[in-house]
Amino acid sequence: MRDFSYLRADNIEAARNAAALPGAMLLAGGTTLIDLAKCGVVEPATVIDISHIEGLNAIDVTADRALIGALAKMSHVADHAEVKSLFPAVSEALWQAASAQLRNMATIGGNLMQRTRCPYFRDPANFPACNKREPGSGCSAIGGVTRGHAVLGVSEACIATYPGDLAVALVAFDAEVDLGERRLKVEDFFLAPGATAEQEHDIRPGEVITAIEIPGSAAARRSTYIKVRDRQSYEFAAASAAVGLELEGDGRTVRDIRVALGGVATKPWRARAVEDALKGKALDEATIREASELAMQGAVDHGANHYKIALAPRVIARAILKLGETA
Amino acid sequence: MTSHIQTIIDPPEDGHFRNGVATDGLIPSPTTLSLNLAINGRDHALDVEPRVTLLDALRERLHLTGTKKGCDQGQCGACTVHVDGERVLACLTLAALVDGRTITTIEGLADEDGTLHAVQAAFLEQDAFQCGYCTPGQIMSAVACIREGHAGSDDEIREYMAGNLCRCGAYPNIVAAVRQAAQELR
Repeated sequence: MRDFSYLRADNIEAARNAAALPGAMLLAGGTTLIDLAKCGVVEPATVIDISHIEGLNAIDVTADRALIGALAKMSHVADHAEVKSLFPAVSEALWQAASAQLRNMATIGGNLMQRTRCPYFRDPANFPACNKREPGSGCSAIGGVTRGHAVLGVSEACIATYPGDLAVALVAFDAEVDLGERRLKVEDFFLAPGATAEQEHDIRPGEVITAIEIPGSAAARRSTYIKVRDRQSYEFAAASAAVGLELEGDGRTVRDIRVALGGVATKPWRARAVEDALKGKALDEATIREASELAMQGAVDHGANHYKIALAPRVIARAILKLGETA
Repeated sequence: MTSHIQTIIDPPEDGHFRNGVATDGLIPSPTTLSLNLAINGRDHALDVEPRVTLLDALRERLHLTGTKKGCDQGQCGACTVHVDGERVLACLTLAALVDGRTITTIEGLADEDGTLHAVQAAFLEQDAFQCGYCTPGQIMSAVACIREGHAGSDDEIREYMAGNLCRCGAYPNIVAAVRQAAQELR
């Protein structure tokens, strides 16, 4: 790891000033930054430690909304009683991510800035071509081993999968990220690669994530996060789904439904076609399975990741069926 | 405390950290940090480069080699230690990040008279290792797992101990040891 200068920001204003410096990167939990610095993927000139800023780790949950400070640890949010009861998909996405140790380190704000696990992105010594690292250098994944790569939101520049779990649940429930002078939908905060694979987030120099806010809803209260992977635990998703469901008084007609996907797209992926196909419909397994297939409209595979196109709709259907059974 | 951003432009004479600052621009040059690490009840003053991890500080500078370096990439759990009572990975933790925090390593787990912690005793009793390299990390993780209340069943133990890999495959005995210690500590 190349050395860097280390500065500690004691307050959010200092952090914003520092974030505007050329070559500066913010350090919160360090689980992405230190990892990628060791891989040689990032070489910050200055690391700004924001982990000691007080008051940024609060978790404040009411029926109306969850307000989560950027420095709250993943583990604390996952185990928070009101998050579990009012936003179960958020808790489930968190405790199924990474390991207990990493969740004690990683912060909610840092989690939104997590980078892809694309093995070509992570290995600059052996794979110099990566449009995410070096715009215009090409994509080593296309034509390479693609079993873990995305099928939705891909471009000719990049097919790297967004690896996180939390943001999938956030996107499903219309959460917003607070950047100080700007507030964005989490869905808009993440950028699909297009021709600019190096731009993963709509965040500008001098901006610092201070909090996320998740609106409360009946669908958020009755929600789940299902994650299918190669191992039972401590692995990134092959496909995952955050689903929330609100039924009419008859107990089977869909009033509101939220569906978002992880592990298959270049960003946390809201599946509105599935939602639209199910709103107002009475739930039965055939209807659910047919609607779930719509999530794969526009999917493009690169051979080894073809299985994701079959897998993801089944994960969605499993989540909806699970919520329907727990009426 | 003054904002450390000021140290970039106008370094204080005796700031908390001695950050050497290039005067011809806004980018400070790498230099040495003076840290105070509170480890196993003892304070350790240490001058390190900013890039030094807690793991390397423990092993190479303080000769606390009970904490193991496995993958050094946050994937194996061999370097698990406690910071302010919570389990973390020392290989992805900058030493500077935990300046002033309370750190416990495997060396700090037993009583001063040598009486083993209940988790250490359970690992011995259940033969929860083969080569032993992952064991300090397994034990530090298990102590926290039980304290968190995440050792209520074998399935929960497997889930919440998933961040500690054992290449010898001693997992059944590790689960048995954590289950036994959790019952004893209840």
